Amino acid sequence: MKVLVAVKRVVDYNVKVRVKADNSGVDLANVKMSMNPFCEIAVEEAVRLKEKGVASEIVVVSVGPNAAQEQLRTALALGADRAILVESNDELNSLAVAKLLKAVVDKEQPQLVILGKQAIDSDNNQTGQMLAALSGYAQGTFASKVEVAGDKVNVTREIDGGLQTVSLALPAIVTTDLRLNEPRYASLPNIMKAKKKPLDVVTPDALGVSTASTVKTLKVEAPAARSAGVKVKSVAELVDKLKNEAKVI
Amino acid sequence: MAILVVAEHTNAALAPATLNTVAAAQKIGGEIHVLVAGHSVGAVAAAAAKVAGVSKVLVADQAAFAHQLPENVAPLVAELGKGYSHVLACATANGKNILPRVAAQLDVDQISEITAVLGADTFQRPIYAGNAIATVQSSAAVKVITVRGTGFDAVAAEGGSAAIESVSVGGDAGKSSFVGEELAKSDRPELTAAKIVVSGGRGMQNGDNFKYLYALADKLGAAVGASRAAVDAGFVPNDMQVGQTGKIVAPQLYIAVGISGAIQHLAGMKDSKVIVAINKDEEAPIFQVADYGLVGDLFEIVPELEKLI
Repeated sequence: MKVLVAVKRVVDYNVKVRVKADNSGVDLANVKMSMNPFCEIAVEEAVRLKEKGVASEIVVVSVGPNAAQEQLRTALALGADRAILVESNDELNSLAVAKLLKAVVDKEQPQLVILGKQAIDSDNNQTGQMLAALSGYAQGTFASKVEVAGDKVNVTREIDGGLQTVSLALPAIVTTDLRLNEPRYASLPNIMKAKKKPLDVVTPDALGVSTASTVKTLKVEAPAARSAGVKVKSVAELVDKLKNEAKVI
Repeated sequence: MAILVVAEHTNAALAPATLNTVAAAQKIGGEIHVLVAGHSVGAVAAAAAKVAGVSKVLVADQAAFAHQLPENVAPLVAELGKGYSHVLACATANGKNILPRVAAQLDVDQISEITAVLGADTFQRPIYAGNAIATVQSSAAVKVITVRGTGFDAVAAEGGSAAIESVSVGGDAGKSSFVGEELAKSDRPELTAAKIVVSGGRGMQNGDNFKYLYALADKLGAAVGASRAAVDAGFVPNDMQVGQTGKIVAPQLYIAVGISGAIQHLAGMKDSKVIVAINKDEEAPIFQVADYGLVGDLFEIVPELEKLI
Protein backbone atom coordinates (compact mmCIF):
# COMPACT_ATOMS: atom_id res chain seq x y z
CA MET A 1 0.00 0.00 0.00
CA LYS A 2 0.93 3.62 -0.42
CA VAL A 3 1.89 5.60 2.68
CA LEU A 4 1.89 9.40 2.78
CA VAL A 5 3.99 11.12 5.42
CA ALA A 6 3.72 14.83 6.25
CA VAL A 7 6.81 16.59 7.56
CA LYS A 8 7.38 20.14 8.83
CA ARG A 9 10.44 22.35 8.83
CA VAL A 10 10.76 23.87 12.30
CA VAL A 11 13.35 25.53 14.48
CA ASP A 12 15.70 22.85 15.82
CA TYR A 13 14.52 21.55 19.19
CA ASN A 14 17.84 22.36 20.85
CA VAL A 15 17.60 26.05 20.00
CA LYS A 16 16.44 28.36 22.74
CA VAL A 17 14.24 30.77 20.83
CA ARG A 18 14.11 34.50 21.47
CA VAL A 19 11.10 36.74 21.11
CA LYS A 20 11.59 39.68 18.72
CA ALA A 21 11.84 43.11 20.29
CA ASP A 22 8.74 44.34 18.42
CA ASN A 23 6.69 41.39 19.73
CA SER A 24 5.74 40.29 16.21
CA GLY A 25 7.02 36.76 16.69
CA VAL A 26 10.14 34.81 17.54
CA ASP A 27 13.45 35.53 15.86
CA LEU A 28 14.13 32.79 13.32
CA ALA A 29 16.82 34.58 11.31
CA ASN A 30 20.07 32.58 11.25
CA VAL A 31 18.60 29.92 13.54
CA LYS A 32 19.20 26.22 12.85
CA MET A 33 16.13 24.58 11.30
CA SER A 34 15.38 20.86 11.27
CA MET A 35 12.66 18.34 10.64
CA ASN A 36 10.12 18.40 13.51
CA PRO A 37 11.08 15.49 15.85
CA PHE A 38 7.60 13.93 15.68
CA CYS A 39 7.77 14.02 11.87
CA GLU A 40 11.08 12.10 11.98
CA ILE A 41 9.25 9.38 13.90
CA ALA A 42 6.50 9.40 11.26
CA VAL A 43 9.05 8.93 8.45
CA GLU A 44 10.78 6.16 10.39
CA GLU A 45 7.49 4.31 10.91
CA ALA A 46 6.70 4.49 7.20
CA VAL A 47 10.16 3.18 6.32
CA ARG A 48 9.74 0.30 8.78
CA LEU A 49 6.37 -0.54 7.20
CA LYS A 50 8.11 -0.67 3.84
CA GLU A 51 10.88 -2.87 5.21
CA LYS A 52 8.21 -5.25 6.54
CA GLY A 53 6.65 -5.41 3.08
CA VAL A 54 3.46 -3.67 4.24
CA ALA A 55 4.08 -0.41 2.41
CA SER A 56 5.00 -0.38 -1.27
CA GLU A 57 5.60 3.34 -1.76
CA ILE A 58 6.33 6.21 0.62
CA VAL A 59 5.43 9.72 -0.48
CA VAL A 60 6.60 12.51 1.77
CA VAL A 61 4.93 15.91 1.69
CA SER A 62 5.65 19.25 3.31
CA VAL A 63 3.77 22.52 3.36
CA GLY A 64 6.10 25.46 3.77
CA PRO A 65 8.76 27.69 2.25
CA ASN A 66 11.10 26.64 -0.56
CA ALA A 67 13.75 25.85 2.05
CA ALA A 68 11.58 22.99 3.31
CA GLN A 69 13.01 21.03 0.35
CA GLU A 70 15.94 20.42 2.70
CA GLN A 71 13.70 18.49 5.12
CA LEU A 72 12.08 16.60 2.23
CA ARG A 73 15.54 15.56 1.01
CA THR A 74 16.28 14.33 4.53
CA ALA A 75 13.12 12.20 4.42
CA LEU A 76 14.14 10.86 1.00
CA ALA A 77 17.56 9.97 2.41
CA LEU A 78 15.84 8.10 5.22
CA GLY A 79 13.91 5.95 2.76
CA ALA A 80 10.96 7.86 1.27
CA ASP A 81 10.50 7.29 -2.48
CA ARG A 82 9.40 10.70 -3.67
CA ALA A 83 8.50 14.09 -2.29
CA ILE A 84 5.96 16.85 -2.78
CA LEU A 85 6.41 20.41 -1.57
CA VAL A 86 3.34 22.60 -1.30
CA GLU A 87 5.19 25.89 -1.41
CA SER A 88 3.86 28.76 0.66
CA ASN A 89 5.77 31.51 2.41
CA ASP A 90 2.82 32.48 4.57
CA GLU A 91 2.59 31.29 8.12
CA LEU A 92 -0.30 28.88 7.75
CA ASN A 93 -2.61 27.69 10.50
CA SER A 94 -3.29 23.98 11.02
CA LEU A 95 -6.65 24.07 9.24
CA ALA A 96 -5.08 25.53 6.09
CA VAL A 97 -2.32 22.92 6.20
CA ALA A 98 -4.93 20.17 6.69
CA LYS A 99 -6.87 21.45 3.67
CA LEU A 100 -3.72 21.45 1.52
CA LEU A 101 -2.84 17.95 2.72
CA LYS A 102 -6.40 16.83 1.95
CA ALA A 103 -5.91 17.97 -1.64
CA VAL A 104 -2.68 15.93 -1.81
CA VAL A 105 -4.45 12.92 -0.23
CA ASP A 106 -7.22 13.17 -2.86
CA LYS A 107 -4.61 13.10 -5.60
CA GLU A 108 -2.32 10.43 -4.18
CA GLN A 109 -4.96 8.16 -2.61
CA PRO A 110 -2.72 6.71 0.10
CA GLN A 111 -4.01 3.94 2.39
CA LEU A 112 -2.25 5.34 5.41
CA VAL A 113 -1.22 8.90 6.26
CA ILE A 114 1.30 9.37 9.06
CA LEU A 115 1.94 12.73 10.73
CA GLY A 116 3.66 13.82 13.93
CA LYS A 117 1.36 14.48 16.85
CA GLN A 118 2.43 18.11 17.10
CA ALA A 119 4.96 20.55 15.73
CA ILE A 120 7.33 21.94 18.35
CA ASP A 121 6.95 25.53 17.10
CA SER A 122 3.19 26.15 17.20
CA ASP A 123 2.53 23.30 19.67
CA ASN A 124 -0.95 23.02 18.14
CA ASN A 125 -1.53 19.27 17.93
CA GLN A 126 -4.34 19.73 15.35
CA THR A 127 -3.31 18.95 11.78
CA GLY A 128 -3.68 15.14 11.81
CA GLN A 129 -7.10 15.27 13.45
CA MET A 130 -8.26 17.99 11.04
CA LEU A 131 -7.02 16.06 8.02
CA ALA A 132 -8.89 12.99 9.28
CA ALA A 133 -12.09 15.03 9.62
CA LEU A 134 -11.76 16.61 6.16
CA SER A 135 -11.00 13.25 4.51
CA GLY A 136 -13.66 11.42 6.51
CA TYR A 137 -11.01 8.92 7.66
CA ALA A 138 -10.56 7.37 11.08
CA GLN A 139 -7.74 8.70 13.23
CA GLY A 140 -5.23 7.03 15.53
CA THR A 141 -3.55 9.89 17.40
CA PHE A 142 -0.56 9.76 19.78
CA ALA A 143 0.40 6.31 18.46
CA SER A 144 2.99 4.21 20.29
CA LYS A 145 2.34 1.08 18.16
CA VAL A 146 0.94 0.63 14.65
CA GLU A 147 -0.03 -2.75 13.18
CA VAL A 148 -1.60 -3.09 9.76
CA ALA A 149 -3.83 -6.18 9.52
CA GLY A 150 -5.72 -6.63 6.25
CA ASP A 151 -8.05 -3.70 5.66
CA LYS A 152 -7.62 -2.43 9.21
CA VAL A 153 -4.89 -0.86 11.27
CA ASN A 154 -4.57 -1.42 15.02
CA VAL A 155 -3.16 1.61 16.80
CA THR A 156 -2.04 1.65 20.42
CA ARG A 157 -2.38 5.19 21.72
CA GLU A 158 -0.81 7.02 24.63
CA ILE A 159 -3.65 8.40 26.74
CA ASP A 160 -3.56 10.22 30.10
CA GLY A 161 -3.96 7.12 32.28
CA GLY A 162 -1.95 4.65 30.19
CA LEU A 163 -2.49 3.02 26.80
CA GLN A 164 -5.54 2.45 24.62
CA THR A 165 -5.80 0.29 21.50
CA VAL A 166 -8.24 1.07 18.70
CA SER A 167 -8.91 -0.64 15.40
CA LEU A 168 -9.35 1.69 12.41
CA ALA A 169 -10.71 1.00 8.93
CA LEU A 170 -8.21 1.88 6.17
CA PRO A 171 -7.56 4.40 4.77
CA ALA A 172 -6.70 6.02 8.08
CA ILE A 173 -4.66 8.81 9.66
CA VAL A 174 -2.04 8.09 12.32
CA THR A 175 -0.17 10.68 14.38
CA THR A 176 3.03 9.62 16.11
CA ASP A 177 4.00 9.90 19.73
CA LEU A 178 7.59 9.88 20.94
CA ARG A 179 7.68 6.24 21.92
CA LEU A 180 6.56 4.83 18.56
CA ASN A 181 10.14 4.26 17.40
CA GLU A 182 13.64 5.63 17.40
CA PRO A 183 14.38 7.34 14.08
CA ARG A 184 17.50 6.27 12.20
CA TYR A 185 20.18 8.58 10.83
CA ALA A 186 20.61 9.11 7.12
CA SER A 187 23.82 7.57 5.76
CA LEU A 188 26.07 9.54 3.43
CA PRO A 189 25.42 7.28 0.37
CA ASN A 190 21.68 7.61 1.01
CA ILE A 191 21.96 11.39 1.26
CA MET A 192 23.69 11.37 -2.14
CA LYS A 193 21.05 9.06 -3.65
CA ALA A 194 18.24 11.22 -2.23
CA LYS A 195 19.39 14.11 -4.43
CA LYS A 196 18.24 12.14 -7.46
CA LYS A 197 14.82 11.17 -6.13
CA PRO A 198 11.82 13.07 -7.55
CA LEU A 199 10.61 16.20 -5.74
CA ASP A 200 7.56 18.02 -7.11
CA VAL A 201 6.70 21.58 -6.13
CA VAL A 202 3.09 22.77 -6.25
CA THR A 203 1.32 25.88 -4.98
CA PRO A 204 -1.85 26.19 -2.86
CA ASP A 205 -3.51 27.89 -5.85
CA ALA A 206 -2.73 24.94 -8.09
CA LEU A 207 -4.39 22.68 -5.52
CA GLY A 208 -7.41 25.00 -5.47
CA VAL A 209 -7.21 25.54 -1.72
CA SER A 210 -7.85 28.81 0.10
CA THR A 211 -5.56 29.29 3.07
CA ALA A 212 -7.50 32.15 4.67
CA SER A 213 -7.62 32.01 8.44
CA THR A 214 -10.04 33.03 11.19
CA VAL A 215 -7.28 33.42 13.76
CA LYS A 216 -4.62 36.09 13.86
CA THR A 217 -1.69 36.55 16.20
CA LEU A 218 -1.75 39.97 17.83
CA LYS A 219 1.58 39.71 19.59
CA VAL A 220 4.19 37.33 20.92
CA GLU A 221 5.87 37.97 24.25
CA ALA A 222 8.53 36.34 26.36
CA PRO A 223 7.06 34.43 29.29
CA ALA A 224 7.31 36.04 32.71
CA ALA A 225 10.78 35.28 34.04
CA ARG A 226 11.07 33.44 37.34
CA SER A 227 12.88 35.38 40.02
CA ALA A 228 16.29 33.97 40.80
CA GLY A 229 16.34 31.25 43.39
CA VAL A 230 18.78 30.40 46.11
CA LYS A 231 20.98 27.39 46.68
CA VAL A 232 20.56 25.94 50.15
CA LYS A 233 23.32 24.11 51.95
CA SER A 234 21.51 21.36 53.77
CA VAL A 235 18.31 19.35 53.80
CA ALA A 236 17.37 20.94 57.13
CA GLU A 237 17.68 24.41 55.59
CA LEU A 238 15.56 23.30 52.62
CA VAL A 239 12.79 21.96 54.85
CA ASP A 240 12.89 25.15 56.91
CA LYS A 241 12.58 27.33 53.79
CA LEU A 242 9.72 25.26 52.39
CA LYS A 243 7.86 25.41 55.71
CA ASN A 244 8.50 28.96 56.83
CA GLU A 245 9.43 31.00 53.75
CA ALA A 246 7.51 29.41 50.85
CA LYS A 247 4.87 27.86 53.12
CA VAL A 248 4.16 25.03 50.70
CA ILE A 249 4.47 22.09 53.10
CA MET B 1 -24.21 33.88 23.36
CA ALA B 2 -23.70 30.53 25.06
CA ILE B 3 -20.65 28.33 25.58
CA LEU B 4 -20.55 24.56 25.19
CA VAL B 5 -18.06 22.77 27.44
CA VAL B 6 -17.26 19.18 26.51
CA ALA B 7 -16.98 17.26 29.79
CA GLU B 8 -13.99 15.05 30.46
CA HIS B 9 -15.07 11.91 32.31
CA THR B 10 -14.56 8.17 32.75
CA ASN B 11 -18.25 7.26 32.19
CA ALA B 12 -18.41 6.79 35.98
CA ALA B 13 -16.99 10.07 37.28
CA LEU B 14 -16.50 13.64 36.09
CA ALA B 15 -12.78 14.47 35.70
CA PRO B 16 -11.55 17.45 37.77
CA ALA B 17 -10.09 19.05 34.60
CA THR B 18 -13.66 19.85 33.55
CA LEU B 19 -13.91 22.29 36.47
CA ASN B 20 -10.93 24.25 35.12
CA THR B 21 -12.51 24.36 31.68
CA VAL B 22 -15.77 25.71 33.14
CA ALA B 23 -13.64 28.37 34.90
CA ALA B 24 -12.23 29.43 31.51
CA ALA B 25 -15.78 29.56 30.12
CA GLN B 26 -16.81 31.86 32.99
CA LYS B 27 -13.99 34.25 32.06
CA ILE B 28 -15.31 34.38 28.50
CA GLY B 29 -18.79 35.14 29.83
CA GLY B 30 -22.21 33.86 28.83
CA GLU B 31 -24.44 30.93 29.60
CA ILE B 32 -22.48 27.69 30.12
CA HIS B 33 -23.77 24.33 28.94
CA VAL B 34 -21.89 21.11 29.56
CA LEU B 35 -22.02 18.17 27.15
CA VAL B 36 -21.62 14.73 28.66
CA ALA B 37 -21.12 12.23 25.83
CA GLY B 38 -20.57 8.64 26.88
CA HIS B 39 -22.30 5.47 27.92
CA SER B 40 -24.21 4.98 31.21
CA VAL B 41 -23.20 8.45 32.29
CA GLY B 42 -26.06 9.20 34.71
CA ALA B 43 -23.70 9.85 37.62
CA VAL B 44 -21.46 12.09 35.49
CA ALA B 45 -24.44 14.14 34.32
CA ALA B 46 -25.63 14.53 37.91
CA ALA B 47 -22.15 15.67 38.98
CA ALA B 48 -21.93 18.10 36.04
CA ALA B 49 -25.34 19.58 36.98
CA LYS B 50 -23.96 20.50 40.42
CA VAL B 51 -20.92 22.35 39.08
CA ALA B 52 -21.07 26.04 39.95
CA GLY B 53 -21.92 28.27 37.00
CA VAL B 54 -23.35 25.59 34.71
CA SER B 55 -26.91 26.29 33.55
CA LYS B 56 -27.62 23.22 31.42
CA VAL B 57 -26.21 19.72 31.01
CA LEU B 58 -26.69 17.94 27.69
CA VAL B 59 -26.41 14.16 27.90
CA ALA B 60 -25.64 12.04 24.86
CA ASP B 61 -25.81 8.49 26.22
CA GLN B 62 -24.98 5.86 23.60
CA ALA B 63 -22.77 2.79 23.44
CA ALA B 64 -21.02 4.43 20.45
CA PHE B 65 -19.71 7.21 22.74
CA ALA B 66 -18.44 4.87 25.50
CA HIS B 67 -14.76 5.10 24.59
CA GLN B 68 -14.73 8.67 23.26
CA LEU B 69 -13.84 7.55 19.74
CA PRO B 70 -13.40 10.84 17.84
CA GLU B 71 -15.04 9.44 14.67
CA ASN B 72 -18.27 9.10 16.69
CA VAL B 73 -18.04 11.94 19.21
CA ALA B 74 -16.73 14.75 16.96
CA PRO B 75 -19.80 14.81 14.64
CA LEU B 76 -22.02 15.06 17.72
CA VAL B 77 -20.02 17.96 19.17
CA ALA B 78 -19.85 19.71 15.78
CA GLU B 79 -23.61 19.39 15.26
CA LEU B 80 -24.42 20.75 18.73
CA GLY B 81 -21.58 23.30 18.52
CA LYS B 82 -23.21 25.14 15.61
CA GLY B 83 -25.61 26.72 18.10
CA TYR B 84 -22.87 28.14 20.34
CA SER B 85 -20.38 31.01 20.25
CA HIS B 86 -17.63 28.90 21.83
CA VAL B 87 -16.91 25.18 22.15
CA LEU B 88 -14.39 24.36 24.89
CA ALA B 89 -12.68 21.16 26.00
CA CYS B 90 -9.86 20.34 28.37
CA ALA B 91 -6.43 19.99 26.77
CA THR B 92 -6.22 16.37 27.88
CA ALA B 93 -5.44 13.44 25.57
CA ASN B 94 -9.17 13.18 24.92
CA GLY B 95 -9.80 16.86 24.30
CA LYS B 96 -6.79 17.11 21.99
CA ASN B 97 -7.97 14.05 20.10
CA ILE B 98 -11.54 15.17 19.52
CA LEU B 99 -11.64 18.96 19.30
CA PRO B 100 -9.52 19.59 16.16
CA ARG B 101 -11.80 17.13 14.37
CA VAL B 102 -14.76 19.21 15.54
CA ALA B 103 -13.10 22.44 14.37
CA ALA B 104 -12.40 21.04 10.90
CA GLN B 105 -16.00 19.85 10.60
CA LEU B 106 -17.14 23.37 11.50
CA ASP B 107 -14.53 24.78 9.07
CA VAL B 108 -12.89 27.00 11.69
CA ASP B 109 -9.38 27.22 13.13
CA GLN B 110 -8.85 25.84 16.60
CA ILE B 111 -6.98 27.60 19.38
CA SER B 112 -5.01 25.07 21.43
CA GLU B 113 -4.19 25.11 25.13
CA ILE B 114 -5.16 28.62 26.13
CA THR B 115 -3.74 29.78 29.46
CA ALA B 116 -5.60 33.11 29.72
CA VAL B 117 -8.78 34.75 28.45
CA LEU B 118 -8.33 38.43 27.50
CA GLY B 119 -11.78 38.86 25.97
CA ALA B 120 -14.53 36.85 24.30
CA ASP B 121 -12.38 36.52 21.16
CA THR B 122 -8.83 37.08 22.47
CA PHE B 123 -6.73 34.49 24.24
CA GLN B 124 -3.18 33.74 25.30
CA ARG B 125 -1.38 30.49 24.65
CA PRO B 126 2.20 29.26 24.97
CA ILE B 127 4.20 28.37 21.86
CA TYR B 128 7.74 27.04 21.30
CA ALA B 129 7.57 24.77 24.35
CA GLY B 130 6.47 27.65 26.55
CA ASN B 131 9.37 29.88 25.52
CA ALA B 132 6.97 32.45 24.06
CA ILE B 133 3.41 33.49 24.81
CA ALA B 134 1.18 34.35 21.84
CA THR B 135 -1.90 36.55 22.07
CA VAL B 136 -4.37 35.44 19.41
CA GLN B 137 -7.69 36.77 18.22
CA SER B 138 -10.39 34.70 16.54
CA SER B 139 -13.04 35.93 14.15
CA ALA B 140 -14.59 32.48 13.75
CA ALA B 141 -18.37 32.16 14.10
CA VAL B 142 -17.79 29.30 16.54
CA LYS B 143 -14.59 29.56 18.54
CA VAL B 144 -13.21 26.08 19.15
CA ILE B 145 -10.71 26.08 22.01
CA THR B 146 -8.84 23.64 24.25
CA VAL B 147 -8.05 24.87 27.75
CA ARG B 148 -4.87 24.17 29.67
CA GLY B 149 -6.21 23.15 33.08
CA THR B 150 -3.33 24.61 35.07
CA GLY B 151 -4.03 28.07 33.60
CA PHE B 152 -7.38 28.41 35.39
CA ASP B 153 -8.46 27.83 39.00
CA ALA B 154 -11.17 25.17 39.18
CA VAL B 155 -14.75 26.28 39.88
CA ALA B 156 -16.59 24.68 42.80
CA ALA B 157 -17.84 21.15 42.12
CA GLU B 158 -20.95 21.84 44.22
CA GLY B 159 -23.50 24.62 44.39
CA GLY B 160 -25.00 24.56 40.91
CA SER B 161 -28.36 23.13 39.93
CA ALA B 162 -28.41 22.87 36.15
CA ALA B 163 -31.20 21.27 34.17
CA ILE B 164 -30.32 17.94 32.56
CA GLU B 165 -31.49 17.40 29.01
CA SER B 166 -30.84 14.37 26.86
CA VAL B 167 -29.82 14.74 23.22
CA SER B 168 -29.96 12.05 20.56
CA VAL B 169 -27.58 13.11 17.82
CA GLY B 170 -25.15 10.92 15.96
CA GLY B 171 -24.10 7.36 16.57
CA ASP B 172 -21.52 4.87 15.40
CA ALA B 173 -19.72 6.14 12.29
CA GLY B 174 -18.45 2.59 11.67
CA LYS B 175 -14.86 3.66 11.00
CA SER B 176 -13.24 2.68 14.27
CA SER B 177 -13.65 0.40 17.23
CA PHE B 178 -12.24 0.12 20.73
CA VAL B 179 -10.00 -2.91 21.26
CA GLY B 180 -8.72 -2.53 24.81
CA GLU B 181 -6.84 -0.41 27.28
CA GLU B 182 -4.10 -0.79 29.81
CA LEU B 183 -4.24 1.75 32.59
CA ALA B 184 -1.44 2.34 35.06
CA LYS B 185 -2.70 1.80 38.59
CA SER B 186 -1.87 4.36 41.21
CA ASP B 187 -3.19 5.31 44.66
CA ARG B 188 -1.43 8.66 44.62
CA PRO B 189 -3.14 11.85 43.48
CA GLU B 190 -3.50 12.44 39.76
CA LEU B 191 -0.39 14.13 38.37
CA THR B 192 -2.09 17.10 36.74
CA ALA B 193 -4.28 17.83 39.77
CA ALA B 194 -1.76 17.26 42.58
CA LYS B 195 -0.71 20.15 44.86
CA ILE B 196 2.77 18.69 45.19
CA VAL B 197 4.69 16.75 42.54
CA VAL B 198 7.93 14.87 43.07
CA SER B 199 9.68 13.97 39.80
CA GLY B 200 12.66 11.83 39.02
CA GLY B 201 15.00 11.86 36.06
CA ARG B 202 17.87 9.90 34.64
CA GLY B 203 19.78 10.53 37.88
CA MET B 204 17.53 7.97 39.59
CA GLN B 205 19.62 5.33 37.77
CA ASN B 206 16.91 2.64 37.73
CA GLY B 207 13.20 2.02 38.28
CA ASP B 208 13.75 0.42 41.66
CA ASN B 209 15.26 3.64 43.00
CA PHE B 210 11.98 5.45 42.39
CA LYS B 211 10.93 3.88 45.73
CA TYR B 212 12.78 6.77 47.41
CA LEU B 213 10.54 9.22 45.57
CA TYR B 214 7.38 7.21 46.32
CA ALA B 215 8.24 7.25 50.04
CA LEU B 216 8.78 11.01 49.95
CA ALA B 217 5.63 11.55 47.89
CA ASP B 218 3.51 9.51 50.28
CA LYS B 219 4.71 11.59 53.21
CA LEU B 220 3.82 14.81 51.30
CA GLY B 221 0.57 13.53 49.74
CA ALA B 222 2.25 14.19 46.39
CA ALA B 223 2.03 12.71 42.91
CA VAL B 224 5.14 11.24 41.29
CA GLY B 225 6.26 12.35 37.84
CA ALA B 226 9.27 11.71 35.65
CA SER B 227 11.37 13.26 32.93
CA ARG B 228 11.41 11.80 29.45
CA ALA B 229 14.88 10.39 30.09
CA ALA B 230 13.52 8.32 32.99
CA VAL B 231 10.61 7.10 30.88
CA ASP B 232 12.77 6.26 27.87
CA ALA B 233 15.19 4.37 30.10
CA GLY B 234 12.22 2.23 31.20
CA PHE B 235 12.35 3.33 34.86
CA VAL B 236 8.64 4.24 34.94
CA PRO B 237 5.61 4.14 32.59
CA ASN B 238 5.20 6.97 30.10
CA ASP B 239 1.99 8.37 31.60
CA MET B 240 4.22 9.74 34.40
CA GLN B 241 6.12 11.96 31.97
CA VAL B 242 6.07 15.69 32.64
CA GLY B 243 6.98 17.94 29.73
CA GLN B 244 6.09 19.29 26.33
CA THR B 245 5.19 15.82 25.10
CA GLY B 246 3.86 14.55 28.41
CA LYS B 247 1.73 16.23 31.04
CA ILE B 248 1.70 19.90 31.93
CA VAL B 249 1.61 20.48 35.68
CA ALA B 250 1.55 23.60 37.81
CA PRO B 251 1.48 22.45 41.44
CA GLN B 252 2.23 24.51 44.54
CA LEU B 253 5.49 22.63 44.93
CA TYR B 254 7.51 20.75 42.30
CA ILE B 255 10.51 18.78 43.46
CA ALA B 256 12.84 17.79 40.60
CA VAL B 257 15.22 15.03 41.59
CA GLY B 258 18.07 14.02 39.29
CA ILE B 259 16.57 16.02 36.42
CA SER B 260 18.89 18.25 34.38
CA GLY B 261 16.10 20.54 33.16
CA ALA B 262 15.95 20.29 29.35
CA ILE B 263 13.62 22.89 27.77
CA GLN B 264 11.12 20.17 26.87
CA HIS B 265 10.85 19.23 30.54
CA LEU B 266 10.67 22.83 31.74
CA ALA B 267 7.72 23.39 29.38
CA GLY B 268 5.75 20.95 31.51
CA MET B 269 6.48 22.35 34.98
CA LYS B 270 7.85 25.88 34.94
CA ASP B 271 4.55 27.42 36.00
CA SER B 272 4.77 25.62 39.35
CA LYS B 273 4.60 28.02 42.30
CA VAL B 274 7.75 26.78 44.00
CA ILE B 275 10.38 24.64 42.32
CA VAL B 276 12.99 22.67 44.24
CA ALA B 277 15.91 21.06 42.42
CA ILE B 278 18.06 18.30 43.84
CA ASN B 279 20.99 17.50 41.57
CA LYS B 280 24.64 16.63 41.94
CA ASP B 281 25.62 18.79 38.94
CA GLU B 282 25.59 22.40 40.05
CA GLU B 283 25.69 23.55 36.41
CA ALA B 284 22.41 21.75 35.59
CA PRO B 285 19.95 24.14 33.86
CA ILE B 286 17.22 23.14 36.34
CA PHE B 287 18.91 25.41 38.91
CA GLN B 288 18.10 28.43 36.72
CA VAL B 289 14.38 28.00 37.34
CA ALA B 290 14.52 26.49 40.83
CA ASP B 291 13.52 28.64 43.80
CA TYR B 292 15.52 26.38 46.06
CA GLY B 293 18.39 24.27 44.85
CA LEU B 294 20.36 21.65 46.71
CA VAL B 295 23.55 20.31 45.15
CA GLY B 296 24.40 16.80 46.25
CA ASP B 297 23.75 13.09 46.04
CA LEU B 298 20.03 12.46 45.74
CA PHE B 299 20.38 9.04 47.38
CA GLU B 300 21.46 10.80 50.58
CA ILE B 301 19.28 13.87 50.28
CA VAL B 302 15.91 12.29 49.44
CA PRO B 303 15.79 9.86 52.42
CA GLU B 304 16.94 12.64 54.76
CA LEU B 305 14.28 14.97 53.35
CA GLU B 306 11.64 12.32 53.91
CA LYS B 307 12.73 11.94 57.52
CA LEU B 308 12.71 15.67 58.25
CA ILE B 309 9.27 16.42 56.77
